[in-house]
Amino acid sequence: MKKMLLSMVFVLLIFLTPQIAFSMHIMEGFLPLKWCFLWYGASLPFVVAGIFSINKKVKEDPKLKMLLGFAGAFAFVLSALKIPSVTGSCSHPTGVGLGAILFGPLTMSVLGLIVLLFQALLLAHGGITTLGANTFSMAIVGPIASYYIFKGIKKAGGKNWLAVFLAASIGDLLTYVTTSFQLALAFPAEVGGFTASFLKFMGIFAVTQIPLAISEGILTVIVINMLTVYSKDELIELKVLEKEGKSL
Amino acid sequence: MKNRGFLLKNVILGIIVVVLMVFPLIAVRNAEFAGADDKATEAISQVDKNYKPWFHPIWEPPSGEIESLLFALQAALGAGFIGYYIGFVKGKKNVNR
Repeated sequence: MKKMLLSMVFVLLIFLTPQIAFSMHIMEGFLPLKWCFLWYGASLPFVVAGIFSINKKVKEDPKLKMLLGFAGAFAFVLSALKIPSVTGSCSHPTGVGLGAILFGPLTMSVLGLIVLLFQALLLAHGGITTLGANTFSMAIVGPIASYYIFKGIKKAGGKNWLAVFLAASIGDLLTYVTTSFQLALAFPAEVGGFTASFLKFMGIFAVTQIPLAISEGILTVIVINMLTVYSKDELIELKVLEKEGKSL
Repeated sequence: MKNRGFLLKNVILGIIVVVLMVFPLIAVRNAEFAGADDKATEAISQVDKNYKPWFHPIWEPPSGEIESLLFALQAALGAGFIGYYIGFVKGKKNVNR
């Protein structure tokens, strides 16, 4: 019985392998043309504003360049880690929450785009036609959510670590809710329309993402913990920490 | 002493992350752990049977090995810079002290 199952899995693997385009982003060619254009158009203003915002920040304080590279590197690492989830499939965190907390969401629209471009061109992960849509979910919606959740919790007097954790994990989760939303818009079900499709894609992307989102939240707390010890001045300058802020 | 508390906290957080990653492997042992995108591809073909991807990746890693090489490279580049940064700020802090 076990042998049979194993050989079945094996056959299935052979059958599937050539077309596996691992990606938790929308796969190349899997959005109808009209939606490709629409999401490219929606993302463009954020990316352009992001370039200006980065230029301004770096000009004001060239010291921040290193920390900016750090935020990009963090997104690079996290989005390369495909992690198993309780649904029996794999996905990866986004890693953009950290940068959004540090530099604001516009900056991350550029850094996120760079990560996505790397993966689309070299890894056949995501795609060029779907780059606009994926940028919108991972580099725009996610970071915006992270940023405002962080600010909101801090303003409400919440603990720093809690604000960081919720910002990063909810931002991560919302990225994949957005992906589901984009796919459901493009592929409404015959029965049940948009809602039925949305729930279906949510079941695939968002549920898989829950434990990963928690992991990303924790990892981001660890990194901010570390930065609080070693890069305190920068964090105060970026208004992530109060002047008298102690470690989380 | 403050530093030790900080280290301990981070180690505990790190362990939680590892547990979160390993738990699915034990809990759902006979799953195939394919990418969530493959499931999405399936779902799309269920919703719209006639949909064919109209564009294919310009370049695809020729094999799973090459693909994992590139993913490892991506992680290594990022991790390399993170390590460099931590060393840099730590060294700077020690000098200033």
